[in-house]
Amino acid sequence: MERCRMVFSGSGGQGVITAAIVLAEAAVLHEGLMAVQSQAYGPEARGGATRSDIIIADETINFPKVLQPNVLVCLTQEAYNKFYTIIRPGGTLITDTRYVKTQRKADALQKEIPMFETVMDTIGKPIVFNICMLGTLLAITEIIQPDSVMKVLETRIPSGFLDMNREALGLGMQLGAKYK
Amino acid sequence: MDKNIRFIQGNEVCVEGALYAGLDFFAGYPITPSTEIAEHLSSRLPRKGGKFIQMEDEIASMCAIIGASLTGKKVMTATSGPGFSLKQEALGYAIMTEIPCVIVNVQRGGPSTGLPTSVAQGDVMQARWGTHGDHAMIVLTASNHQDVFAITVEAFNLAETYRTPVVLLFDEVVGHMREKLVIPEPGVIPLVERLHTSVKDGVDYHPYLPREDGRLPMSDFGGVHRYNVTGLFHDMWGFPSSKPEIVQGLHRHLVDKIRNNVNQIMRYKEYYLDDAECVLISYGSSARSALHVVEQRRPRGERLGLLELQTLWPFPYQMIKDKCKHAKYVLVVEMNAGQVLRAVKRAVGDPERVFLANRVDGVFITPTDIRNILRIIMGKGA
Repeated sequence: MERCRMVFSGSGGQGVITAAIVLAEAAVLHEGLMAVQSQAYGPEARGGATRSDIIIADETINFPKVLQPNVLVCLTQEAYNKFYTIIRPGGTLITDTRYVKTQRKADALQKEIPMFETVMDTIGKPIVFNICMLGTLLAITEIIQPDSVMKVLETRIPSGFLDMNREALGLGMQLGAKYK
Repeated sequence: MDKNIRFIQGNEVCVEGALYAGLDFFAGYPITPSTEIAEHLSSRLPRKGGKFIQMEDEIASMCAIIGASLTGKKVMTATSGPGFSLKQEALGYAIMTEIPCVIVNVQRGGPSTGLPTSVAQGDVMQARWGTHGDHAMIVLTASNHQDVFAITVEAFNLAETYRTPVVLLFDEVVGHMREKLVIPEPGVIPLVERLHTSVKDGVDYHPYLPREDGRLPMSDFGGVHRYNVTGLFHDMWGFPSSKPEIVQGLHRHLVDKIRNNVNQIMRYKEYYLDDAECVLISYGSSARSALHVVEQRRPRGERLGLLELQTLWPFPYQMIKDKCKHAKYVLVVEMNAGQVLRAVKRAVGDPERVFLANRVDGVFITPTDIRNILRIIMGKGA
């Protein structure tokens, strides 16, 4: 497989870092891949735009940070403004229509997707916005199987909330398929 | 899924390594970027019957682990630069009294409170010379999770073998990133346990009388033997002495037990050194960027190699001299103003072929940073 470098960005509380950990952990534990995850840490991560870097590959990953992501996800305007310039030419830029108005055209496949709206209309709980985003990302990139993500969620989420997360992941998958 | 495979932060890997090695007691005072070590041990250690104490400060933490070790426990504390500064006096006490312990320093930017959340490798010399007086030190590091685990176990083993504090010098990048760790089954990595005296209750025990092999068997403090422990120069009973022959003997013993075993303590990894025209020397997270450059440039015919140091002190001068013998250039990659650079220059004999690729701005050194320096030294322009 080709090495996939991703950056998830948004604001604190949206769960972008959790989504990054879940994705990377699923790749390592359930697909036998290599992954490294790190996150912006410190004052810049408190309020403002949060960021998490994920690299997934089928061989050893040495340099652990992402300088130019193939896949950039921006869930807020501030995150978009701050990070859209770093995308690798030809990469995929995924933004949420509820929060982000894209201004300039980056040299990337721009996917403006109503993830937040869909979650609120169907499930009504913003807490699974991040899992819907993961589903969308999996449908577009096909980097790992959604089942692997569910297996990780089963170990991290109280059983009462699993169905809601499964629904959000499926919702994201359907949504992503439309924008592929 | 293999139950031994984990996807965790480097700080948690250090916790797993310490537990594997048989850690019984941890005292600490949380500080970024080492906090996760204390956090995870606070829940893990009591569950296996060990003790976790959050002390009032770093000085007390260091003193607590020294006392606990003397009673027969395997002990550790964890901190970062500012806390490591505070621990130096007690660290010297542990060297003088020959009490095994492990001190983790997850480095951040310094001096002083510096850059709490940023990466740096500026404590290499502090780890060597932070405490006063002539002494030897064992300082270890690693760049990836599997090695962090192994080197943590190794730190406990060396502490017991040489009855000395061992410093684990990690950094923010390795401490905070998540990657795969495969925890070895018990027994796969051999453990060195406390060497207890065979002297029976009621018979005189000399705490500082070495055996023929130079090792000093210990008696758990508070157990069957009464003995004295002091930071003053002391005789074989542990009582203060300023007799020149006693002072000289102990001084030599403390330094020589490490210095004479450089080859036993030395840990390193090498990549493509056989035909390397330019040898990169690095350690900790910087070695990941260095290896990235080497792996990327090799297929283009550039003869680069990497020597990754895991034992920083005692410094492996002879090994480095040998490995760099045929190199036209040596490039030290580190995140400080050139602390290992200086040691490498001393090692190679002709220091004019040794160069530095570094960053000291709190930003993790990138492959581009290293390539830019390579271009300059290999005469290809900036």
